[in-house]
Amino acid sequence: MSKPIRVLVAKPGLDGHDRGAKVVARALRDAGMEVIYTGLRQTPEQIANAAIQEDVDCVACSILSGAHSTLLPRVKELLKEKGGDDILFIGGGVIPADDIPYLKEKGCAEVFTPGTPTTVTIDFIKANVKK
Amino acid sequence: MDNLKERLLNGEKRAAARLISIVENNEDVDQILLKDLYKNTGNAYIIGITGPPGAGKSTLTDKLVKSVRKTGASVGVIAIDPTSPFTGGAILGDRVRMSDLNTDDGVFIRSMGARGHLGGISEATGAAVDILDIFGCDYIFIETVGVGQSEVDIVKACDTTVLVSVPGLGDDIQAIKAGVMEIGDVFVINKADRDGAIKTKNEIAMMLELKEDRSWIPPVDMTIAANNEGIEGVLESIAKHKEYMLESGNGFKRRVENRKNSLMNLVKDRMTRVLLEKTTNGGMFEELAQKIVAKESDPYTATDLILGKLNLS
Repeated sequence: MSKPIRVLVAKPGLDGHDRGAKVVARALRDAGMEVIYTGLRQTPEQIANAAIQEDVDCVACSILSGAHSTLLPRVKELLKEKGGDDILFIGGGVIPADDIPYLKEKGCAEVFTPGTPTTVTIDFIKANVKK
Repeated sequence: MDNLKERLLNGEKRAAARLISIVENNEDVDQILLKDLYKNTGNAYIIGITGPPGAGKSTLTDKLVKSVRKTGASVGVIAIDPTSPFTGGAILGDRVRMSDLNTDDGVFIRSMGARGHLGGISEATGAAVDILDIFGCDYIFIETVGVGQSEVDIVKACDTTVLVSVPGLGDDIQAIKAGVMEIGDVFVINKADRDGAIKTKNEIAMMLELKEDRSWIPPVDMTIAANNEGIEGVLESIAKHKEYMLESGNGFKRRVENRKNSLMNLVKDRMTRVLLEKTTNGGMFEELAQKIVAKESDPYTATDLILGKLNLS
């Protein structure tokens, strides 16, 4: 069997809405990926630790609380600290267009906002994970 | 590669994680690497947690690990979930119940897809356990896929098997059936606040009383894992079983038996790979199958022909 791409789908911070994360997780599964789902209300530390132990190729954070500019850069920083700088880091959720350049500058490879077809996310992950 | 070895021996999590991926993906380097490191295995005590889907295996594992951590021992967890037979994809969700453990430095959790393996664990589970053992875990918990009646591979991968059940899954006929009910060294009735818990416990206990080998009668513990109730009792039962295995010599026998089994699997894997290479990647199978359907050959002659390629028969 060929090597499946492993993706950590994470919900950082205090928001209780994971429908989007679950839809994405399901779509990635159907695209043949192994999806590790962390559950709700995770701290950046929990996410980074899980990513390292699971040896994932990609960390995908879904965030709808508005705290993206604080939490996403922090996750990326911790990944880097723990030796996971090569892990593809992407975000998604209700994120205003104005905030996206800042997130990209802080190491988010791409940000997927509501209405993005799941195929776009899948193709982006396939094209950008380090293999 | 040497670098990974060093880093694993130094207890670096990223290295352990990388190595597990390597064995999981069957990358060629794995055997060379593990050859050297193998002498460092054998220190961890391995506990299998199995039971039907939704019985509370992950929640129970989370609570057991927290309790073991109070003693200062380091813990590894390998949690297996099913892989889609259609796409090869998987949702590995066991961590959801263990998220507090993510920030505990003395715990290493790894989720694995079963990747087509049907016995409740994945093909690489044994090698992943070895890696966590070398990494320095004192206890390793293997949480199986949610099992039905006959997924019993876990028993060949661990020292103590904990079978988690819940009230209301069936009557006493279910309890005397062969298969998964035979493999528990410790039984746990989880969700014990539900109706019928005591009846389920009694039915299982009665079934266990009929065991031929009476040197170890598995205890049946009641837990409400979500509320952290009954956890110490399960740990005590595991400790008693561990002691029994040590004193009776059965622990050593079981480890030999388990190694024999994994050796057989390694040999089978490698033979299959060699065989595929020598039969033009299965092309010979296709050719012979067509002849068999056309009655120009038969399955037994074809088998002889194929094994002839390995110079075995």
